[in-house]
Amino acid sequence: MPPRKIIFEKQWFYLDNAIGHIYGTTFEVTSGGNLQPKQEVEETTAETKEAGTDNRNIVDDGKSQKLTHDDIKALKDKGIKGQEIVQQLIENSTTFRDKTEFAQDKYIKKKKKKYEAVITIVKPSTRILSTMYYAREPGKINHLRYDTLAQMLTLGNIRAGNKMIVMETCAGLVLGAVMERMGGYGSIIQMYPGGGPVRAATSCFGFPKLFFDNLHEFPLSKVDSLLSGTFSTETLPSEPEDNVLVEEESNGSTDEKQTSLQETEEEPTTEAAMEINQTEEQETMDVNAEDVEFKENKEKGYKENIREKQRKQWERRKKLIETAALLREKNADGLIVASKFHPTPLLLSLLEFVAPSRPFVVYCQYKEVNRVYYSAVGVINLKLSETWLRNYQVLPDRSHPKLTMSGGGGYLLSGITVVLDKGNSDSSNLEALKMEEPSSKRCKVQDLHC
Amino acid sequence: MSFVEYGDTIKDGDTAIVFLGHESMFPVKVQHGTVTQTKYGVIRHSTDLIGKKYGSKVTCSKGGWVFILHPTPELWTMNLPHRTQILYSTDISIITMMLELKPGSIVCESGTGSGSLSHALIRTVAPTGHLYTVEFHQQRAEKAREEFREHGVEHLVTVTNQDVCKNGFGVSNIADAVFLDIPSPWEAIGHAKSALKAEGGRICSFSPCIEQVQRTCLAMEEYGFTEINTLEILLRVYNVRTISLQIPDLGKAAEDNSSTGFDSRNTSNQGSPCANLQQGTVQFKSGVPLREMVGHTGYLTFATKS
Repeated sequence: MPPRKIIFEKQWFYLDNAIGHIYGTTFEVTSGGNLQPKQEVEETTAETKEAGTDNRNIVDDGKSQKLTHDDIKALKDKGIKGQEIVQQLIENSTTFRDKTEFAQDKYIKKKKKKYEAVITIVKPSTRILSTMYYAREPGKINHLRYDTLAQMLTLGNIRAGNKMIVMETCAGLVLGAVMERMGGYGSIIQMYPGGGPVRAATSCFGFPKLFFDNLHEFPLSKVDSLLSGTFSTETLPSEPEDNVLVEEESNGSTDEKQTSLQETEEEPTTEAAMEINQTEEQETMDVNAEDVEFKENKEKGYKENIREKQRKQWERRKKLIETAALLREKNADGLIVASKFHPTPLLLSLLEFVAPSRPFVVYCQYKEVNRVYYSAVGVINLKLSETWLRNYQVLPDRSHPKLTMSGGGGYLLSGITVVLDKGNSDSSNLEALKMEEPSSKRCKVQDLHC
Repeated sequence: MSFVEYGDTIKDGDTAIVFLGHESMFPVKVQHGTVTQTKYGVIRHSTDLIGKKYGSKVTCSKGGWVFILHPTPELWTMNLPHRTQILYSTDISIITMMLELKPGSIVCESGTGSGSLSHALIRTVAPTGHLYTVEFHQQRAEKAREEFREHGVEHLVTVTNQDVCKNGFGVSNIADAVFLDIPSPWEAIGHAKSALKAEGGRICSFSPCIEQVQRTCLAMEEYGFTEINTLEILLRVYNVRTISLQIPDLGKAAEDNSSTGFDSRNTSNQGSPCANLQQGTVQFKSGVPLREMVGHTGYLTFATKS
């Protein structure tokens, strides 16, 4: 297999040399795209430090840097180490010596970031992946900020041994986070819209195969029939040929995007890379199969293909029956919803599968949508909340909150299920749930006064 | 019942949460023959609780009712007897994620305090992980041990009664993560480093004051920790209310009101503005922030040993 070229932050390199090093190792990118473990360099700032006290005499004439763009480009082209370029920039800056010590520090940091190409390879985790997704692909995870995800895992009491229901359209990130916290113990039922669950982010975690043994999936479109008792597998995979295709297409395309995302990220693990290669192989296989089908001349391949499809269908059906049975027990230990859909109908239906005295958490990017459910019955301790996250710069004499913070990381509606009163039959209760809370007179007066 | 495993029915010896109403609840130790007083009357454990399903509505002697809930670390945090200032679930959630805790993780914690964080840590690292928690206050250490026993998690936790700044965590090179909530965390950074696995791990320190954070960051740097990052997380809770605002009378004729810009046909119940022109008010649903919120608990400083 030829070495895979990774492109990250305008750099390109090969990962081969990283193998055998421990996670957390920092590498320098050399000219040939090879990685070289970075040596701990003692900062050579021991030389007599010269610094100004204020900027009253510093004038922005645009001529403080004596090196021209072409000079710098020439240095880079010669393959000179970033560290040395930074040193040259400092030496050729006429104002550097007049800057305050803090300003010098800042200048060096900025230049280092630009010229010193170092990458650190770290192990995937919910912390890393959720931070990464929020920074790079917030649209794919419905702008679910990582601290909001952290809240969901805690409020949902996610732990080993649970039987969880997860409905997400966050590229499989929420699913992965739940899987990490469950450590392969217990079971997860993922409800999916469309042709199949998207698990592009899940595959980045590099979970062992065992974690997938008790991961089930159930199509959202069959929830109503399951609840009303008309669910049957006979009506099910009559359309799977299209479905399977759609599923693989959509999975394929997200995986493709995932590849590019990973390439631009710092830790494409070999496992994740393998995963991608596998799906790619699968894809090409399917495409070939299609071709064969269209040509209709290679009978043998066609028959094998049919048999393979039937086998897959049968397996899908079997898994579906198992999952339906798991849901029918209506004893799940919690419900996590984080999707692009309106959460109220999801919650109203899916909560029926949850045992009493269990927590549920619903994420929505918008406060307005989440509060619609607020007045429902059958649940207690309802809370609509949001978290704010503020990062700090902590340096001697220069500590302060970071200049920018995220404006919004979404809203959570959480609560606990309870045993429904026997008086209300299920259906009438549902009707009551679907109705908006009658606007209370008491509120009116209070609200006007606040 | 256990804090690390759900049970369906309430049993003798369980710790259950009595839920009286909005934000009003308390823990109860279920015991045959015992009664618990609430403002809605008496709950008799033998008949009202034992054998019932968690999540049931229990009618008290005066006819009022309460819900009995299965304990979770989050409910415990809201109801535990305070022996110290405690960490709440908002901080706990980000600590758990940023320390990368999961089943099987080995965690060191100091001080144990009232055990609010401890219960959450144990929940997350169970069934194969372990918590080593250090508390220099003897009485608090003993009380914590007793609670862990009552809650069925004693096999997952070791409580040591010593000074973490002087004597460390009592373990070395086994932890995946260390958490410090002590007045002078910078004095324990060296011990934290030696408690962490040789191949590395994560550390978090919680401090209310920025001066503590600065000293801690310097110490972390000195001991070779990387990825040092300080953050603060704040929880905003919203009350959901139907608000109605009066339309000001600008002296227009009544017929002209229909052109005030509010779509009077749009009286759907999806929380969209609804103009009630007869009464001269506009109604809408809103998430209203609480009048007061927690503005600061502490700074959380995270770092990596690698």
